[in-house]
Amino acid sequence: MSITLPSGTRSETFKAVHKYTEPTRRPIEPVGPLFLAHASRTLRGHTWSEFEKLEAEKNVTVVQENGDDDIGDEDQDEDLLAHDPREWKSADLYAVLGLSKLRYRANEDQIRRAHRKQVLKHHPDKKSASGGLEQDGFFKIIQKAFEIMLDSNKRQQYDSVDTNADVLPPPAKSKYDFFEAFGPVFESEARFSKKQPVPLLGDASATKEQVDEFYNFWGKFDSWKTFEFKDDDVPDDTANRDHKRYIERKNIAARKKFKQEDNKRVIDLVERAHLEDPRIKAFKDEAKKEKERKKWEREAGSRQAAEAAAAKKAAEEEAAKKAAEDAAASKQNSKKAKEAAKAAKKKNKRAVRGSVKDVDFFGDAAQSAGIEEDVDYLLEKFSDVQLGEVAAKVTGADAATVKQAFVDVAAELGVSSSLKYFK
Amino acid sequence: MSAVIGIAFGNTSSSLAVANQDGKVDVIANPDGDRSIPSVLSYVGEDEYHGAQAKAQLVRNPSNTITNFRDYVGKSFDELTHHETVGAKVIKTANGQPGFEIAREEGKKETVTVAEATKRHLKQIKLAAEDYIGKTIEGVVITVPTDFTAQQRIELTNISNDAGLKVLQLINEPSAALLAHLSNEPERLQEDKIYVVSDFGGVRSDAAVISVRGGILTILATAHEFGLGGDKLDQALADYFAKEFQKKYSTNAKSNARSISKLIAESIVVKKTLSNVQTSTCSIESLADGFDFHTTINRLRYELTARNVLSEMTAFVEKVVKKAGLETLDIDEVLLVGGSSNTPKLASNVSLIFPESTVVVAPSLSTKALDPAELICRGAALQASLIESFDEDEVKESLQPVVVNTQHLTNPIGIKDAEGNFQSILVAETAYPIKKSLEVTNGSESSVIIELYEGKRTVKETVIEAEQDEDDSDDDYSDEEPEVKKEVVYECGELLSELCLKDLKPNSKLEVIVNITQNGTLHVSGRELKQGAVAVKGEVTF
Ligand SMILES: Nc1ncnc2c1ncn2[C@@H]1O[C@H](COP(=O)(O)OP(=O)(O)OP(=O)(O)O)[C@@H](O)[C@H]1O
Repeated sequence: MSITLPSGTRSETFKAVHKYTEPTRRPIEPVGPLFLAHASRTLRGHTWSEFEKLEAEKNVTVVQENGDDDIGDEDQDEDLLAHDPREWKSADLYAVLGLSKLRYRANEDQIRRAHRKQVLKHHPDKKSASGGLEQDGFFKIIQKAFEIMLDSNKRQQYDSVDTNADVLPPPAKSKYDFFEAFGPVFESEARFSKKQPVPLLGDASATKEQVDEFYNFWGKFDSWKTFEFKDDDVPDDTANRDHKRYIERKNIAARKKFKQEDNKRVIDLVERAHLEDPRIKAFKDEAKKEKERKKWEREAGSRQAAEAAAAKKAAEEEAAKKAAEDAAASKQNSKKAKEAAKAAKKKNKRAVRGSVKDVDFFGDAAQSAGIEEDVDYLLEKFSDVQLGEVAAKVTGADAATVKQAFVDVAAELGVSSSLKYFK
Repeated sequence: MSAVIGIAFGNTSSSLAVANQDGKVDVIANPDGDRSIPSVLSYVGEDEYHGAQAKAQLVRNPSNTITNFRDYVGKSFDELTHHETVGAKVIKTANGQPGFEIAREEGKKETVTVAEATKRHLKQIKLAAEDYIGKTIEGVVITVPTDFTAQQRIELTNISNDAGLKVLQLINEPSAALLAHLSNEPERLQEDKIYVVSDFGGVRSDAAVISVRGGILTILATAHEFGLGGDKLDQALADYFAKEFQKKYSTNAKSNARSISKLIAESIVVKKTLSNVQTSTCSIESLADGFDFHTTINRLRYELTARNVLSEMTAFVEKVVKKAGLETLDIDEVLLVGGSSNTPKLASNVSLIFPESTVVVAPSLSTKALDPAELICRGAALQASLIESFDEDEVKESLQPVVVNTQHLTNPIGIKDAEGNFQSILVAETAYPIKKSLEVTNGSESSVIIELYEGKRTVKETVIEAEQDEDDSDDDYSDEEPEVKKEVVYECGELLSELCLKDLKPNSKLEVIVNITQNGTLHVSGRELKQGAVAVKGEVTF
């Protein structure tokens, strides 16, 4: 809600009516951050406005302190010196003052000093005295340039169209480092922003937030550029009013067109940068990867089940295979055992048969046929165990033991009656 | 590596703080863990005690315990207006300086001058700070009451430099406290307001009315009251306990110095407890005649007991406002400072004498308020870190009378709006040079007048209808007087100048700038807020 002033009109624009009440002199308290500012204003006798300006300039001069002495020492080239003073608008006004390096960065103090130097160098009196031609064309341009630079409004209008100060983006098809090429472009463009400070391009290490902030800001870039400087001169004579109005209207239309073109230029620049920015690509890739990772995670459940099923199946197959192998192996084993048993049996039989022969048929060779018959008979009847036992008893034993063994086993078997010798 | 700190040096207690470049302040505790360090030294044989340990000696060893000496700094014995009754007696030393006679080892007597005591005290503070920060302390800002004489300021500076603490600046206590308060929230310093800073300490009360204009502080009035402070509250409480003791045991608890000391020491504890909670116990072993004393007291009882002292304190605040030629209506905020400002009843009493629009800042009224006992040292620490980066010469230059003694606007200056109201641009008590602007508009008019006026103070009274609760059917006492809300309103007084702006499009943005230079010339200008607009200007003098 803003305050509305009372209406009215006066013939004089200003009238002092009354003195204001005598002020009171009191000490102020020398504390706090703003006291020191007050002290410096008072000590140096600055008005408030001067103080504000100095504070603002302090920042500028700090940056450019070094080499400040040679301000305005640049030499102007022949073309510029011969520039038609009537066409002063098309001259490089910063170069005229010898400030082609500093340009919009030059502060008031520097402009004054540069101007003084140009005056000393190019004053018509001085030139003619040193034998030069009586020419004050360039001097006129110097004065014009000085006038523009000291008027903050006019200077802004000039800076708006001072393309010499612009840093251009690299040609589209050339090879360049994105940050090296575009960084200075945005830095230079930033001076036109109504909103300050302006986020700068930064480098590859910038975070996503920083990059987003940058493009957000520049997407809505609001520049203070104005194009009055390019106006056609409005004729002074009041005679041709229509023509005057025509020129005025034309100028306004032209300004608007320039402004639109300039806005478009910035939009194009930002779009191009966005397109080429390796960080944007990286962020996109990252986002894609992130998406994939998320997807992968989302599907983790079902994948786990599938994996479990596969594992189970593999385990089952493995188990089956092992079982088969085991079976085969055990089969093999039993066959071997059987063969071994068979061999043992043969060996035992041989031993049993041999035993009677070894003891010379108990000294009764005549009975040998009947003895052998009995032995064969018994061998038929023996279980495997009995065969083993008897074989063990008879091997290497004396006749009596052998005989007893046969008699015993025959009794055990209950076949004694069927035998001829071992009854 | 070194650091700068701020020190609040009080009669009763001292505190110290350090601020970093971002304005964050740490109040430093001494090795005993105290942030409010009693300004007390005590001697037992060859041992020196300081702070709370020394204060504890007041019971057993009062004659060798030095306390309340700050106000004696820089004064000769004959200049002293009041003599401390607690602890070691003040004597006139050989060169006419005030001092204390202390018994040291093997019955030796030592004369400790006030300057020497101060030096020893500051050395202990330096140790505490270095112990905490881990760096040597290079410079300090020390606070003093506004009535400290030039001689006292010089003397304190010398003593501090002697103690190894280089004084960057001495600043006034209320300004330090206000600076701490203003810095506690980012925008506060920029708000143009009038403050009362009221400091209730142990043995004295101080107050100042301070205007803050564009971040510049100006003291409009000060008041001091010796003997009014926390000690008086302790006294009242001790008397109450003594009476109760008398009733119980028919014994006088104030018959000897030792009993009195015990009673006072416990009263201080009880008083502080009652600042935080509603009831407190009080127990003193063998108070008198071998009787132990155990009792409880609630806050209300204490407030009744201390009623007289508390109302004296409230009246004291009223007094300083009067001294400034103002009414309580003109005060925007009251900042309560000092240990005794922790007393809830004091804060509520003070808010009663001010209109509702006045904010009273005290811990019992707002949880955001900083500890009143720490405000002063916080401000000193902030100031120390502010001036640390400046050359010594630059600071000295800034403190010259030509800089500090400044013209202040007597009446506010502003313009008349379409409704005829006064719209202030510069408030009264603004220091020169100053520049301020106000954005205005022309509405639908193509030509408008900027009439520059001095404001004239009037008090507007609005009767507030007694709030009637609709669902509250029992219409009992309607005999309450209708409440009258008063506020200060400035009207257009003397017309100073007229400025005319013509050929404006409807609803243009306009700006009025008032700029008063060092020598008092007032420049006024009005212009349209657009590129290339030409300002209309003029000058007014006083
Ligand atoms: N929480 C509390 N509640 C009530 N009183 C308190 C509290 N804390 C401290 N005090 C009292 O505050 C007083 C000390 O205040 P402060 O530390 O501000 O003194 P000072 O600055 O040395 O002042 P002076 O120079 O007047 O003695 C003492 O009386 C003490 O008992």
